[in-house]
Amino acid sequence: MGNERRIRILVAKPGLDGHDRGARVIARALRDAGFEVIYTGCHQTPEQIVQTALQEDVDMIGLSILSGAHNYSFPRIMELLRENNAEDIVVVGGGIFPLEDIPKLKDIGIKEIFTPGAKLDDIVKWVRENVKPRKAAA
Amino acid sequence: MGTKMFSESAIERIEQEYKEWLKEYEKALQKIPERLERFSTVSDMEVKNLYTPLDIKHKDFMEDIGFPGCYPFTRGVQTTMYRARLWTMRMFAGLGTAEQTNERFHYLINHGETGLSTAFDFPTLMGYDTDSPLARGECGRCGVAIDTIEDMQKLFARINLEEVTTSMTINPPASVIWAMYIANAENEGYSRRKLGGTIQNDCLKEFIAQKTLMLPPDPSIRLVVDTVEFGTREVPRWNTISISGYHIREAGATAVQELAFTIYDGITYVEECIKRGLNVDDFAGRLSFFWNSHIDFFEEIAKMRAARRMWARIMKNRFKAQNPRSMMCRFHVQTAGCSLTAQEPHNNVIRTTTEALAAILGGCQSLHTNSLDEVYMIPSEFAVKIALRTQQILAYEVGVANVIDPLAGSYYVEALTDRMEEEANEYIRKLDEMGGMVAAIEQNYPQMEIADSAYRFQQQVERGEKAIIGINMFPSDIPPLEVLKIDPEIERLQIERLHQFKERRNKVKLQKALDELRRRCEGKPCWENNVMPALIEAVKAGATEQECCDVYREVFGTYTDPASF
Repeated sequence: MGNERRIRILVAKPGLDGHDRGARVIARALRDAGFEVIYTGCHQTPEQIVQTALQEDVDMIGLSILSGAHNYSFPRIMELLRENNAEDIVVVGGGIFPLEDIPKLKDIGIKEIFTPGAKLDDIVKWVRENVKPRKAAA
Repeated sequence: MGTKMFSESAIERIEQEYKEWLKEYEKALQKIPERLERFSTVSDMEVKNLYTPLDIKHKDFMEDIGFPGCYPFTRGVQTTMYRARLWTMRMFAGLGTAEQTNERFHYLINHGETGLSTAFDFPTLMGYDTDSPLARGECGRCGVAIDTIEDMQKLFARINLEEVTTSMTINPPASVIWAMYIANAENEGYSRRKLGGTIQNDCLKEFIAQKTLMLPPDPSIRLVVDTVEFGTREVPRWNTISISGYHIREAGATAVQELAFTIYDGITYVEECIKRGLNVDDFAGRLSFFWNSHIDFFEEIAKMRAARRMWARIMKNRFKAQNPRSMMCRFHVQTAGCSLTAQEPHNNVIRTTTEALAAILGGCQSLHTNSLDEVYMIPSEFAVKIALRTQQILAYEVGVANVIDPLAGSYYVEALTDRMEEEANEYIRKLDEMGGMVAAIEQNYPQMEIADSAYRFQQQVERGEKAIIGINMFPSDIPPLEVLKIDPEIERLQIERLHQFKERRNKVKLQKALDELRRRCEGKPCWENNVMPALIEAVKAGATEQECCDVYREVFGTYTDPASF
């Protein structure tokens, strides 16, 4: 199987917050960098996000949130991924996070948190270095 | 008789001298070249090195500039502007519970703010009660949680609702929240005819930018028109729509896009109200606007001046308004949240000051100044006081409020004002051709125009073409900062309070009121079925915000984000 497929990324917005400027800019930057990008749009529940991730067979989920509700939605998403044997999907977060929340989010398995001022190039580079296509699920 | 500002012979002479000066300029550049390859505004509008009478030689003083309080209102909507009354200092505030926000309101009033502005939390903004599964983790985080009329009572406790005007940033559920405000005021003994304030109630910009989405466009507009009609008849001092460019800009639009899409939203509301059978001069005077004041100083001043002139011309020529008040673009301004940085956050005070100064020179009627920590969180008391003091220093110390529209006649500001109007009018022609704003939204047109601008700006920042101190110039880290904490425990308490409230209601009366609301939502023609009276009765009978919004969702259907990027 030498023909490695392109990395598929789900950009998702959990919760009720409609601040989607960052998510849409990131989605474009990832697409322009050659990844396959699926964007959920705003107002997604953790259940919807995980369902889309599984249906679309993505390798990574990028969660964008600016409402401060990450301490509910992020753990719930990680839990649902585990329940669906999909914990090998790389999950990252972007948005506004109190500094003391960041280690807690990493403890539950969020691989990286990008905060305001993060460069698009750095994010693309991070994805190239840290995300590989998942082994096809049995 | 025309009132051209320069004689032909003067222009001829200036033209010759200007050519000579340009030669000098080129020569000087041989020694020290320009510091940038290209000079442009934050919206990427290229600007020249110098502006002269040549740039405004066609302008007619009375037609294009004129006097404050007079058509086309370029120089301000009031005759006396800040000589008689300063702008209203209106700080957007909302955090945690109704009691906590009420405390913040009193804190701000005690420090000299002159109007209130309410920020609701996301469940309230989206028409969900705190006990909705969709509201988990959101209670009180980005504003105040309001589920019931009892919360509304607590929110405005010890505030004289006939003296203080209140703005409420609420959109799809605006009619419901407004009904709660009116019902609570009446319970407290105030007359609805004397209530003054604003509901944002601008559903079009939700589809375009802010994404507080609930109903499809057509029923959303129908509810907006219901509020305008009801306000015109019953709450005559209320601004029933705050036609908002702010969120369009924050989503990444340029100044011209903000101007054009917002004015076009205004056109759409006026058309819809006229279709309902309202006379333009009966309602247009209660339409208000809301602009962003971004970091590019002159561009913002020009945008606000252009907005006034454009709206006046549109109302006069397109809608044949007769009353000058119908032609006035009265507006609130908020400084640009998206211009703030998490890096070295104290520098945000300087950004906000500059933006507030532009709003004042742009002739705003009310102003919110962002707090330095608003990039992280709802502001702390410490930060919000600095933001309010910023307005007070500008109002009382700096002298900028002493002379009306002091930048009129600046070759640059007038030329930029013209250019804003011309380029915005291009968009307006395009939107007309597309069949109006709803059609354009359905084609994803304004959404993608804004997304293009946002992406272009971000790329320019990354290439260093647009400077942001602390980000791409003199970069710095995000420091730990003492910010306001919202206790997650309040979610449980608010749900408990809501459930106790629900227990106390008269179920029969409540059901009857909700049935009447449903009947009016379904009823045809809609002009005989205004929802407002039914809503006021429903919330008085104890209907929660979500119970009313669920009726809307059941009757009208829901709208989900098309998720384009």
